[in-house]
Amino acid sequence: MSMRIFDGFKFTKLPTPVHQMDPRAKFILVMSIFAVCLMFSNLLVLLIVFFAQIPIIGLAKSIRRWSVSMKGGALLATLIFIMNFLTGTTLIYSLAMTVKFLALISCFSVFFMTTSPDDLGLALENVGMPFTLVFTFTTAVRLVPTMAVDAQTVIDAQRSRGLELEKGNFVKRIRNYIPILIPLIVSAIRRSIELAEALESRAFGASEKRESLVTLKMKLSDYLTAIMALAFLTLSVYVYIYVRLPSLEIAFKLPSIWPWSYA
Amino acid sequence: MIEVENLCFTYPNGKDVLYNVCLKVQDGEFVAVMGENGAGKTTLIRHFNGLLKPTTGRVLVDGIDAKKSSVASLARIVGLVFQNPDHQLFCETVKDEVAFSLKNFGYPEEIIERRVRGILETLELTSYTDSSPFMLSGGERKRVALASVLVWNPKHIVLDEPTIGQDYQQKDRLRNFILQLNTQGKTVIVVTHDVEFIAECKPRVVVLSGGRIVGDGPAVDILTDESLVNKASLVRPQIAKLMSSLSDMGLPANVIDLFTARTVLASKLERAETCR
Repeated sequence: MSMRIFDGFKFTKLPTPVHQMDPRAKFILVMSIFAVCLMFSNLLVLLIVFFAQIPIIGLAKSIRRWSVSMKGGALLATLIFIMNFLTGTTLIYSLAMTVKFLALISCFSVFFMTTSPDDLGLALENVGMPFTLVFTFTTAVRLVPTMAVDAQTVIDAQRSRGLELEKGNFVKRIRNYIPILIPLIVSAIRRSIELAEALESRAFGASEKRESLVTLKMKLSDYLTAIMALAFLTLSVYVYIYVRLPSLEIAFKLPSIWPWSYA
Repeated sequence: MIEVENLCFTYPNGKDVLYNVCLKVQDGEFVAVMGENGAGKTTLIRHFNGLLKPTTGRVLVDGIDAKKSSVASLARIVGLVFQNPDHQLFCETVKDEVAFSLKNFGYPEEIIERRVRGILETLELTSYTDSSPFMLSGGERKRVALASVLVWNPKHIVLDEPTIGQDYQQKDRLRNFILQLNTQGKTVIVVTHDVEFIAECKPRVVVLSGGRIVGDGPAVDILTDESLVNKASLVRPQIAKLMSSLSDMGLPANVIDLFTARTVLASKLERAETCR
């Protein structure tokens, strides 16, 4: 098991238009995609939303890292597909749910890959969120890669002591993760206590009013992106309410012999 | 025997860490791997039990190609003790912690019992048998981690920064213990920055710098070579500095340990005494 799946959610500084976009504009864009994904259960729409993200990721020069997290997500996606299909939904609906999941993680992946935690914090502060909350959030985002490195080290240390993660039946395999999770949680708690002490010794929260060295400024292109995203969202809402979309309904599903199946 | 042949390693994120590393460690040898932070020391030793697989080149452990072997099977012959004990401790008691690897390797209950008791005694941890590893001090946790690897009696032992966080007396005990393991015929490989620790053990020293081996030889030769020591961001041991500053008085400069220094100085003083 590799912790590389987190690479697709880790910020890397690159000189691309997507990276330089104002975080607020990007947030509106991502939230629009997010809302559309949640709104529709139509496979065609979801496929369009999914594939429409690829040029953006290409523009951000992050296809390789994105595909890593997609590969990681594929496992969960398969699980979603199987669970849906087994519980008696149609093949197309199960596929739609799977694509919905992939489109969702993909849009968050784009956002976190291209937005530095600092910019994100600044943006949140600008919209009036209290600094302590913003700080907690950005620290959490920032610690994800560190935790991933920690997790890899713990896995390596336990494998060196003969632990085989992929050995045994389903229950045993889950139990195999106990030696990984406990050191990870303990070190996370230790780290947070240390962080809290370090913050307090540097007078965190001493003054209510904070000034920022860097200020965010929306450029014309940022306004355009935000407007386009909102227009896209409005159009989607309109389509959702008034337009009957062609559906690829192939009514294939498992015979409902399963006690838990519905529909 | 651990053989490293033209090993190059690149992390999946594209970072090159090791370039064409060649190294042969004989059975029963005591080797210290030294070098600056980020020189590739930890990356190198993680190849020895197959945690990392070479990008090119190969690593042979007792003739077994580490690339084709699983970590679990290589771990039986190569015991790797990690730098930070907190990355591996998870059991409720020290006893369970130490027994964990034996259970993984499928040892029967009575052997587990006996071995655990033995290793806890050796490392002076018996009084903590039923304590929680999380309640121990840093140095004790480190010893528990060490015990949890030594307990299955691996033929080759690799220690990553064993002296960090240990007080001077513990360091002394650790040194004696390592030397004892080595005299029992175990191969010992130690990754460390601690020149004073190495100066007193006098093993073979391999110096890594920027992912390449830049020096390999007896500790006395390596740790008195000022340019090499500087290159690897190390400093010479205090005794070596003292002796080199006294070399214009006709004393040998290639001395790094207290015992030799004392012998040399004593004979010099004796000679001076007789001349007077």
